[in-house]
Amino acid sequence: MIEINNITKSYKETKALSGINLNVDEGELFGLIGPDGAGKSTLIRILMTLLLPDSGEAKLDGLDVVKNYKHIRKMVGYMPGRFSLYQDLSVEENLNFFATVFGTTVEENYDLIRDIYYQIEPFKTRRAGKLSGGMKQKLALSCALIHKPKILVLDEPTTGVDAVSRKEFWEMLKNLQEKGITILVSTPYMDEADLCDRVALIQNGQILDVDSPKRITDKFPRKIIQVGAQNMYKLINDLRAYKKAEAVYAFGQFAHFTGFNDEVETIELEGYLQNLGHEKIIAEEIPAGIEDVFMSLMEQ
Amino acid sequence: MEKETIISARNLIKKFGHFTANDNLTFEVKKGEIFGFLGANGAGKTTAIRILCGLSSPTSGEVKVAGFDIYHETEKIKKNIGYMSQKFSLYEDLTISENIKLYAGIYGIGRKQRKVKEAELLQKLELEKVKNKLIGDLPLGWKQKLAFSVAIFHDPKIVFLDEPTGGVDPVTRRKFWDLIYEAAHNGITVFVTTHYMDEAEYCDRVSIMNAGKIEALDTPAKLKEKYKATNMDEVFLKIAR
Repeated sequence: MIEINNITKSYKETKALSGINLNVDEGELFGLIGPDGAGKSTLIRILMTLLLPDSGEAKLDGLDVVKNYKHIRKMVGYMPGRFSLYQDLSVEENLNFFATVFGTTVEENYDLIRDIYYQIEPFKTRRAGKLSGGMKQKLALSCALIHKPKILVLDEPTTGVDAVSRKEFWEMLKNLQEKGITILVSTPYMDEADLCDRVALIQNGQILDVDSPKRITDKFPRKIIQVGAQNMYKLINDLRAYKKAEAVYAFGQFAHFTGFNDEVETIELEGYLQNLGHEKIIAEEIPAGIEDVFMSLMEQ
Repeated sequence: MEKETIISARNLIKKFGHFTANDNLTFEVKKGEIFGFLGANGAGKTTAIRILCGLSSPTSGEVKVAGFDIYHETEKIKKNIGYMSQKFSLYEDLTISENIKLYAGIYGIGRKQRKVKEAELLQKLELEKVKNKLIGDLPLGWKQKLAFSVAIFHDPKIVFLDEPTGGVDPVTRRKFWDLIYEAAHNGITVFVTTHYMDEAEYCDRVSIMNAGKIEALDTPAKLKEKYKATNMDEVFLKIAR
């Protein structure tokens, strides 16, 4: 459904994208996972025909993003990172406006947005600028869907959104996927990778890996030891000082430890920490998560 | 030994017209603690932080920050706290060095002392070679680390961090938390909001707000036990949903 071949883009001396290759299948919920400045928005803007690539080509449902931009705009729904609806139009007016621009009506495609729109319908006469963050997001999504797009593209829809609203938003995306829409969504939150069918990990304008989240973590070859103790600050400093430590990172209430050549055993770490006076020591080997993999790929 | 209380709020209420943004908040923060201040969007966190920073007066309630009264001693409070958020931190069109100079000036740090501290800071963050670069040209991760270091440049008793780590890569995010741990270890109290629930685990204690009220306040371990959850994400979902 989305084919990206060797796309590059630079802003003056800054290389935003260097040779991106990517395919998204029909009906897939695909995640573009990476931090700020990785190139996610640049890639999305190129796909949305809002920015020209320096080289390479991209096709959406067989249509070229440069040559067929008018066709593409009719069949994609786009929710940009920044709220871009008309602040001084009401909820209802915004929705009607977008429907009219795309030559359709709210009634015609109401089915598609019903589950999302009914939550903000009680406020339909309120100006968009006066809505709460969560409601703005639902309105923006409704407007992006009102012409029944084949492909829905969302640029960081959950950034700065609390954990509860994030969960609800992903549930909405899952429901839309079930209705047959292909979805491309970008996010800086690594934990959201698990909610996608496949993800591309992106950093500094390059793709580090593309696969299902499960395969990405399953194929990770390194041994990760999860370590816990009473005093985290001291724990992390002591683990970093260990002679065979390669990487030590805080992960919630634990630290994740990687040893040189994976030659460190849990029992050996326990002994080391005991000698340093740590209390409530836990050390166990655990399977890698997406963040472990991302950080390891980043540091290579 | 019982640690000194650095922030205390008793029955803090803040109303905007008929809307109660902060509904009877009572809590204490101890010196050197990393205190996580969590809640859904719109729960009232920003309102409370503005009050604690002396930028807004409560409707009623008793609040003391760094030993000073929130109604009458806001200027003293401002001298004793640092503040950093993702939205506002440093001036993009000033250089690293100029930003440090500006903040040092605002907090009345003398030239000699500033030079010593600036050299230390630049060395620690490995920014000596780029000190004359504009902030706008730096990667986000560097900016955030620098913004934090500048926020504690005047050795405040408390530093307020409002979603300091949004959007940065996972390595930088953790390096940022290394700085937080270090500051707390050196006796600076850290009051932090975040949407990353793994970061809630890094806090000594966490409060979770919902609809203007503090619904839960304890150590992450005790909260998980109480709400029968395996991590803070589950605790948060149980309280805020």
